[in-house]
Order: sequence, then C-alpha cells, then structure tokens
Amino acid sequence: MVTLLYFAKVREAVGVGEERFDLPEGVTTVADLADWLALKHPIFTDRDRLRVAVDQVMARFDTDIRGVKEVAFFPPVTGG
Amino acid sequence: MIIVCVSSDPFDAGAEIAALGREGIGAVASFVGIVRGETDGAWGGLVALTLEHYPAMTEAALRALADEAVARWSLGGVTLYHRVGRLVPGDAIVLVACSSGHRKDALEACAFLIDRLKTDAPFWKRESFADGREIWVEARDADDTAAARWG
Repeated sequence: MVTLLYFAKVREAVGVGEERFDLPEGVTTVADLADWLALKHPIFTDRDRLRVAVDQVMARFDTDIRGVKEVAFFPPVTGG
Repeated sequence: MIIVCVSSDPFDAGAEIAALGREGIGAVASFVGIVRGETDGAWGGLVALTLEHYPAMTEAALRALADEAVARWSLGGVTLYHRVGRLVPGDAIVLVACSSGHRKDALEACAFLIDRLKTDAPFWKRESFADGREIWVEARDADDTAAARWG
C-alpha cells in the first residue's frame, strides 16, 4: 500500500488530501503514477506546475517508487 | 546549535536574535519576512494570507537546509522559524537568523537560507481578498534564479 498526499491547488483539484491504495501494475516511477492519476484528474498532466516528494524528500518524475510508503504531489512551493 | 520551528504562533525576532548572540560570538545576521499588504505602494485588497504545509516533511526540510548552511559556512547557530495558518498584512511569516565569528559567514548563510527556503521547503500561500477572491500564490521564476545561484 502507498499513501498519496495532495497539497494546495492539487488537493483542491483531486478533492481529498490523502488516498491509500496498491500501486497499479506497471507503475514504477513518479511519471507512471502521474500519468495514471491524470486519467481521472487533468491537473496531473501539467508537469511544469507539479512537484513531488517521495517518502518526504523532494523527488523527480523519474524517481523509482516501487516499495515506497508515501508519495506527495503539490504545486511549486511558495513559502518564505 | 540549530533551532527549527514551524508554528501558527507568532515569534519574537528580537529574543531569537539575542539568544543567538548571547555567547558573544561576534555577529548575528537575520531576515524577517512580513506579509505584504501593498503592491507597488497601493493596497491591493489583501486581507489575509493562509499558509498550508506538509507537516511530516516541513521541519525535516528546514533542518536539511540548516545542516547544509552549517557545512558551507562557519556558523555558531542557525534559527529558522516559519509560521503556518492564517496571517494578516504586517504579520511576520518567517525568521532566518545565523550567528558567526565575523559578518561574512552570517550574512551569506542568511541569504542562502532564505533563497533556498523559498524553493525547497513545502509551504504554499493562499491569498484572501476583500472582495471574497481566494487565490493560490504562484511560484516566481525569480525565486528559482535566486536559489540556483547557491548551486
């Protein structure tokens, strides 16, 4: 099971802040997961406006997510 | 010593800076970010700013930045304080403070920390306007450029 977290505009687009499920077959990278999520939520197609953290560390779209516990998607950060 | 705090409570910048200088180290540099009520000198209708964050990751991300600063510069201490929740114009959002034996290390580390905090720490700002509009703040290319100069 993997926990997916969504923040800010991404959370609003998905409608929930957290989901848990088994990764679909063939999904091995962040990019695969984003493509799969994009089937339901168009916001995942706009990669320029999408950032990701894997197990609470900033990651990239080619990061391998097999066996990870938590993947978070969010817009570019705007703190400070 | 590294102090990292993420809280909805206000901070006392003067007390934090005094604490860093207490050991007679020589220099303390600091940056305080304030909620901006004006754009180009005119009130744009902003009534509040709400800071969302990624609780499980935020403090670790700030600590990683502080660790990197301590590795790059000769520092006595680093204090990072970031507010979350609802703030109004004039409220302090963020405090970065560094102490060192001489000004150069403290000043450079302080600039590094605020530049990189803006691109590496998981916070998002939503603006609330007097006419009821709610708008997520867009990341600025200038922030990426500022962060990139530190390598």
